[in-house]
Amino acid sequence: MSLQLQFGLTRGSLSLDLALDVADGETLALVGPNGAGKSSCLLAIAGLLRIDRGHIACGGERLDDGTRGAFVPPERRGVGFLFQDHLLFPHRTVEDNVAYGLRARGHSRREANEQAQRWLARVGLSDRGGVLPRELSGGQAQRVALARALASEPRVLLLDEPLAAVDVSARQSLRRVLREHLRSFAGPRLLVTHDATDAFALADRIAVLEAGRIVQVGSAAEIGSRPKSRYVADLVGLNCFRGTLHDGRLTLGSGAHLVVVSSHEGAALATAHPRTVALFLERPLGSPRNCWQAEVLAVEGAQGSVRIQLGGEIPVVAEVTEGSVEGLGLQVGTRVWVAIKATEIRVEPE
Amino acid sequence: MNDAVPRHLRVPLALLTAVAVALFLLPLLGVVCSAPWSKLWTQLRSGAVHDALGLSLISSFGAVSIALVFGLPLALWLARGRSWLRTVVRVLVTLPIVLPPIVAGIALLLAFGRNGLVGAPIDRWFGWSLPFTTAATVVAAAYMGLPFFVLSAEAGLRSFDRRYAAAAATLGAGPWRRFRTITLPMIQPSLRAGLLLCWARALGEFCATQMFAGNLAGETRTLPLACSVAMEVDPELAIGLSLILAVVSAVVLTLLRQGWSPQR
Repeated sequence: MSLQLQFGLTRGSLSLDLALDVADGETLALVGPNGAGKSSCLLAIAGLLRIDRGHIACGGERLDDGTRGAFVPPERRGVGFLFQDHLLFPHRTVEDNVAYGLRARGHSRREANEQAQRWLARVGLSDRGGVLPRELSGGQAQRVALARALASEPRVLLLDEPLAAVDVSARQSLRRVLREHLRSFAGPRLLVTHDATDAFALADRIAVLEAGRIVQVGSAAEIGSRPKSRYVADLVGLNCFRGTLHDGRLTLGSGAHLVVVSSHEGAALATAHPRTVALFLERPLGSPRNCWQAEVLAVEGAQGSVRIQLGGEIPVVAEVTEGSVEGLGLQVGTRVWVAIKATEIRVEPE
Repeated sequence: MNDAVPRHLRVPLALLTAVAVALFLLPLLGVVCSAPWSKLWTQLRSGAVHDALGLSLISSFGAVSIALVFGLPLALWLARGRSWLRTVVRVLVTLPIVLPPIVAGIALLLAFGRNGLVGAPIDRWFGWSLPFTTAATVVAAAYMGLPFFVLSAEAGLRSFDRRYAAAAATLGAGPWRRFRTITLPMIQPSLRAGLLLCWARALGEFCATQMFAGNLAGETRTLPLACSVAMEVDPELAIGLSLILAVVSAVVLTLLRQGWSPQR
């Protein structure tokens, strides 16, 4: 059932060429700057955009190879699509929206609506079935859209910036709902996002797309520690800490802990940009709440700034100027003091 | 906006406005005041009025049916893209709106008349000709009313966000189901407005009908034609008929405004 992508398409100034496999039960995040071709990639998989070369296959079945005869139309692909602005049908009630795919697949009205009710309950909206989509908040609408996509039992799930149009207050709970349902979905999942936190929180693997080409594929840790381009370094090259939060202290798997600013309790994902990681030769005076000694594992230049990979209980990457590399005499093996201000660590409950 | 009007201009402007309102109000008042209310019911039950009313309903709803069956595919084609051919066809479709109805009638006759462009061969092969039949009233009404529907439907289709149909496709809906369950309901306000305008125009059609279908009682004499005939012999009846047409138009307008008012 895995999804095999090896295709290219040219539309206006966009020339997209990529080769990617997404396995069953795997969530791949496709990240990249605007106009990189992320959304076009999803549209091509869904059959809403024709490819010009290569092929798209799902579980061995060719969905498109650029020729007329092989093109499987979107309604026969079984590819669920979650759009950024959810595209709930405005003239149908929430329940009828969710039941739409089942009706299209020949289920009776009663059966379809019963299943729709069950799906609404699963996304926590069983009391909203009778209203029209315009009465929903952005977060609720996206949950309904998720229920609608999953209810039609797709083989593949595509998510195009599912959290981008949702306001910050609703984003956390929506992210949790998304993660739960992504986990229980058996087929390949492909998530387009420009938010590194979403990618880290939801994906097993990250592929970075720039100007129509895949520049890097790997786990969050791999990409975070060795970003291959400036864009990747800026956007995806975040320090990422998973752990349990209690009383403002995030305890990591290694037993080490970080002080953060959050009232959340329980599992959490914390991120800090490498630029916010400060390095010192002596223990710094002042207020940094997170301060520890570590050894430099690698020094990598990336166009003007240098990324310092640090080992120890809390492996992090720091980004410093070339000047401070010289000033501190940083090289592999140097022992330095690492400091991160608690306010620079972004916390997302898991 | 009213604040922008200088104080010394307010009274003259109010007077001019009142004249404009009177221009619209007085003719209607004239009909209502002169209507032979006591005799109205017996008048309207006469056979001639029944025939005219029936013919008006046939021609106007015939035009609406033609709009739905032929006009909707035309609107779909027009909305599908931009090309010189579409531009030419759109001009053709728009023409009856601006064409003087008498010219429309003559043009229809020259095309479908016994000696007309298509009418002559049809007459020769089948021994049948369209003008001066009830069908001709439908064709005349359709010719005059269709443009309103086609242009309104095309505008609705052009402003329709096709990504909704794309979303329906990813849920397993084929082209016909998408059109039926997503596109049509979502452009319904435009369709309804177009149909009502088309119907109102067809109902009031007079000149082209008289030219192309003639004025045969029980055959082609629709309400407006009956009205014009009655004005010569029985002005009271003409007023009664005018009243019916005015009431019907007012009802259509009310329905239209509901169709046009912004969605909640």
